[in-house]
Amino acid sequence: MARYLRRTIAQIAFVIIGIAIINFFLLRLAPGDAAQVMAGEAGSATPEYMAALRKQFGLDQPLYVQFFSYLKNVLTLNLGYSFRQGMPVSDLILQRLPATLLLMGTSIAFAVSIGGMLGLLAARQAGKLADTLISALALLFYATPVFWIGVMLVVVFSVLLDWLPVGGMASVEAGLTGLAYAADVGRHLILPATTLGLFYLAIYTRLMRASMLEVYGQDFVRTARAKGVRPRRIAVRHVLRNALLPIVTTLGVQLGSILGGAILVETVFAWPGLGRLAFEALFQRDLNLLLGILFCSSVVVVLVNLAVDLAYTALDPRIELS
Amino acid sequence: MTVFEISAPAAPAPRARDGLLLRLLRQPSAAVGLTLLVLIIAMAASANLVFPDDPLDMVTQPFLWPGEDAAYPLGTDMLGRDIASGIFHGARVSLLIGAVATLVSLVIGVGTGALSGYYGGRLDAVLMRVTELFQTIPPFLFALAIVAILQPSIPTITVAIGITAWPSLARLVRAEVLKLRHGELVQASIALGASDLRIIVLHILPNTLAPVIVSASILVASAILTESSLAFLGLGDPNVVSWGGMVGAGREVLRTDWYVATIPGLAIVTAVLALNLLGDGLNDALNPKEAAR
Repeated sequence: MARYLRRTIAQIAFVIIGIAIINFFLLRLAPGDAAQVMAGEAGSATPEYMAALRKQFGLDQPLYVQFFSYLKNVLTLNLGYSFRQGMPVSDLILQRLPATLLLMGTSIAFAVSIGGMLGLLAARQAGKLADTLISALALLFYATPVFWIGVMLVVVFSVLLDWLPVGGMASVEAGLTGLAYAADVGRHLILPATTLGLFYLAIYTRLMRASMLEVYGQDFVRTARAKGVRPRRIAVRHVLRNALLPIVTTLGVQLGSILGGAILVETVFAWPGLGRLAFEALFQRDLNLLLGILFCSSVVVVLVNLAVDLAYTALDPRIELS
Repeated sequence: MTVFEISAPAAPAPRARDGLLLRLLRQPSAAVGLTLLVLIIAMAASANLVFPDDPLDMVTQPFLWPGEDAAYPLGTDMLGRDIASGIFHGARVSLLIGAVATLVSLVIGVGTGALSGYYGGRLDAVLMRVTELFQTIPPFLFALAIVAILQPSIPTITVAIGITAWPSLARLVRAEVLKLRHGELVQASIALGASDLRIIVLHILPNTLAPVIVSASILVASAILTESSLAFLGLGDPNVVSWGGMVGAGREVLRTDWYVATIPGLAIVTAVLALNLLGDGLNDALNPKEAAR
């Protein structure tokens, strides 16, 4: 365990430094430096003023000095200042993070539970009509772009049927509190969470089906059958438990991609989370903010994968962290 | 020394009696996928013949619904642009970016995986750390940042997708190379004095081809998805028409004219579905043992 922790900490450090390097050079690739951007905004750009700005931000220093000061800032969680939003980047991110976590958590819960159930059903009915239908549906959702699902759900449920709100996280004008507020947020959450969840539902359905079929072929399942254990009990007690491991692995691997999907979904539904913030940063050319979001989401991915490793040991006691 | 060249595969693979194409076509899903893909390629190839005008030009009155005017079977959008023309020309952009981005991923991924698996040791450790790093950064967000910084154009979008999509390929190739590295084929080549490059290129890589081809078809599909997502967010090349960009533009008139956003989306689904079906089919055709399970 101690060795595992040491290795993990080294890995986290490597990831943080690696992302800092990538971010630093991406910023250098952008046309114009921070001084030019700010001078352009202020409307005056005398050479003296530019030089003063460059000195203030250390842009007149050699590249390696700039890099180390950038790295020092990142390590102390100082991700810079967003001049567009008038707030430190880290404050902005912390402010928007909960909405994204709520959206992602709901989507993942939806995708894993329904996808797992459909996969289980398909595996038990392998080769029959239900399996064919479920597999075809999974294939279809797997090929559908997230943003388009969102747009189509809006057409059906908000425009044509008028059942659910088009976007946002809460009805601002209603001034609700307590339970009524939670219910309101829940209503706003249905469409975005379904949109983001459907693609991953397809993945988990396919994965669960394949994983269950693989376990079904193993000896201990045959033994259970020979003992006369009822099929339903075999499916749940013997097969499902062993088939869950790949699902947890994939969840960790997919997290980064779910975050990417969240950007699209939040843009479609005006959901006030990190993705929406990234979209705003994109259009205001607020690179500090955009790269800050990239950095923070990478760190979130590392931390969640750590949690996934720990979840393994809980699911399968034979696995030891080393 | 060519006399002693060893060209037999490591393990005598069961010889397939029929060609790959025939084996593919025998599976219904792969046959459907291949047919759809050929259809889309035909659309892309004929776009300039069928719709010689710029698909971004206004050609007639706006908001013609599909079927309203026989000259514009899929209707026109809010600027009077022909949607059918956009679909045909969009196929070119999607396929081009999908294919070239996958090529970029293949070069980086196969290169990294082969070096890592073949040489092992410290090089392997370093390359795998870098692969992990690229796997940690959310790929779509990463591609988004690259395109936003370099300004959207077909080359920047292609490169951005290519350099964010290779890690899974590198891991796959590395695992395959590790399996072959200590096999008899490679040992015999070393004994004959073949150079490392020759062993990797002539003996190892050809034997990893099957899984790489399967992942490549899936990678093209996901590259098309990424490209359309970027275009949807407004990060498409402004000078060409893109399916994702068409959906994004159609969002503004969703309340009244939802067909504008619906039709290009169907095109994306068809293209991605075709490639996924083909990938599944290739997997079954190239790994008959796996498929039998």
